[in-house]
Amino acid sequence: MASVAVPDRQWIARGVERTSASRFATLLAPWFLLLAFGLYSAYLCLRYGLNQTNMDNRFPFGLWIFLDLAIIALGAGAFFTGFLVYILKMKELKPVLNTAVVVGFICYSGAVGILGIDVGQPLRSWFTFWHPNTHSMLTEVCFCITCYLVVLLLEYIPVLLRNRQLRRVPSFLIFEHRFHMLVPVLAGVGTLLSFFHQGSLGGLYGVLRGRPFAFREGFAIWPSTFFLFILSAIAAGPSFLLLISSLVEKITARRLVDTAVLRRLGFISGILTAVYVVAKSVDTLEWLNVTSPALGFAPWEHYAYKPFGTWLMLAEIVLFGLVPAGMLLHPKTASRRGWLIAGAGLVCCGILLNRFTMTIQTLALPTLAFDEFLSYVPSWQEVASFGAVIAYGVIVYSVSYRYLPLFPREKKEVNHVSGR
Amino acid sequence: MKTRRYGMVIDLDRCTGCGGCMVACAAENNVPPSSPRATVRTGLTPMRVQPVSNGAAGAARREVFMPLMCMQCEHETPCVSVCPQQAVEVDKATGIVTQMPQRCLGCRYCMTACPYHARYFNWQDPEWPAGMEHSLNPGVATRMRGVVEKCNLCHARLHSAEDKAAARKTSEIDPGDYVPACVASCPTNAILFGDLADPGSAVAQAAKSPQSFRLLEKLGTEPKVHYRSNRPWVRALADGRPGATQEVQRG
Repeated sequence: MASVAVPDRQWIARGVERTSASRFATLLAPWFLLLAFGLYSAYLCLRYGLNQTNMDNRFPFGLWIFLDLAIIALGAGAFFTGFLVYILKMKELKPVLNTAVVVGFICYSGAVGILGIDVGQPLRSWFTFWHPNTHSMLTEVCFCITCYLVVLLLEYIPVLLRNRQLRRVPSFLIFEHRFHMLVPVLAGVGTLLSFFHQGSLGGLYGVLRGRPFAFREGFAIWPSTFFLFILSAIAAGPSFLLLISSLVEKITARRLVDTAVLRRLGFISGILTAVYVVAKSVDTLEWLNVTSPALGFAPWEHYAYKPFGTWLMLAEIVLFGLVPAGMLLHPKTASRRGWLIAGAGLVCCGILLNRFTMTIQTLALPTLAFDEFLSYVPSWQEVASFGAVIAYGVIVYSVSYRYLPLFPREKKEVNHVSGR
Repeated sequence: MKTRRYGMVIDLDRCTGCGGCMVACAAENNVPPSSPRATVRTGLTPMRVQPVSNGAAGAARREVFMPLMCMQCEHETPCVSVCPQQAVEVDKATGIVTQMPQRCLGCRYCMTACPYHARYFNWQDPEWPAGMEHSLNPGVATRMRGVVEKCNLCHARLHSAEDKAAARKTSEIDPGDYVPACVASCPTNAILFGDLADPGSAVAQAAKSPQSFRLLEKLGTEPKVHYRSNRPWVRALADGRPGATQEVQRG
């Protein structure tokens, strides 16, 4: 029976190398400090209210919503990889599946944690389930994110139970084996839930008739941003996975994932980014020429205030869309790790920029003739609270990497990058 | 009971910008005194009077005071459909857009949706100086920190008028019994209030005047707060280019 008295080395899988427990603790210490500082900031916000932030009546959404949307999109690699492996049977992506689950879990749980601080009355969160407004995109987001976080937690359990000591508990082993049979079902459920909430996050803005920068026509009850958010999330998810895997390889100085797998992730991300660029361009043209004028707003009005000029739109479509799609798809660049990583990085930056403009530019622009163009700078409490999410992510991932078999290849061969 | 559609016509040529309506609104609706830490952008002003200029300088400069509050949008009300827990709705009987702070999550999505910036979040704990709690209106619940509030056309006064009608054993309220605080307090009678669905009412007739206009009518949300002015530049503010006057001011 495993117990806490078991030496740290005994918790680490056989055949893999890990740094000493003391060095591991030292490396994580700054992240624990950041986590503690962020938790203190979160406490201030909960104890004294959201006056600790720099949000206001004209800027009711800020850094937290922008980054929440971004990390939820980046965490899409979890459901999408599950979908590719279990539904589309792309078994070659199995080596990154565990990392995808852990990264997805971190992204979603971090986002939900921040949302818990961001709402004025967190204890009333259950009201959404008790008095749901079925017309609200936010209701759909709340339902699907909560359910999907449970799915991610369930998907995390089999990964957790593969720990060396936990595997020694017979009942855990049986549970893990039986539970594993459920994983394809969970992948299907996760895909369904994720498609809806990723889309609804886009729908949040697309339905805002009173915010002409965000408002879009669409299909049935869904504005076009619903579909664009899904597409951009499934394009960025694999890229983020590629980035994380490469980052872990760099930090641990080990080859953890075959280049072919990374290339596959890059190819999938590249194809989807290319489709997204086309869809986004068509949508932008439709919005500038039809939707916005129909509401009585000239297209150039949306870009009349610096720094939110047309360069931002072009950067999003070309620099963070077309360019990385080319880098990830062109055989010459896609065959080199450096270019793959750079392409994936640009795709992820594109997601950040898109979620930034949809949140911040939407609110900064005036609507009335006597409105002012507004600016907003987050307070240190907002920045630190989100810093806690980053620290939490690093700690959870590091602990998972140390004690769980996240990369199956690692056990087979432990090679130093420098040795290749 | 016949369906009513309460609305207003605010005569901007009469408004002197005295702010009496803001004070009356705050007193009627138990809006707490401004916190020392509150700013222009974090205060609670369900009714606010904003000075607006034509943007010109010198002798050509013209100004108007614009009382702003919830516009009581009738069609595709932006804040109603977005609220995740049905804390906002358009009352079918009166057309008033109601806010239920007791159910509000404080997500502020409705504030993002409102093109008029007429919704306010309670960023601070409400505090009244000692003794001032005696001045609270017992008919209106105070709001706690972390919820959104807005003008509800003095709902407590509507309830009171309905109670009076019930005492008379009728469902028809006397128009004189239901007058929002801002309307009652205006020293120049700049605000005309009543049932827009009653074609014979003064407010319905004033709303049809060629000098009347609504803000952002182009959005198609059918606001029930109308304005009127004989000055063309003021009427041009209705659907003017966003930020136009501020831009001219900045040069």
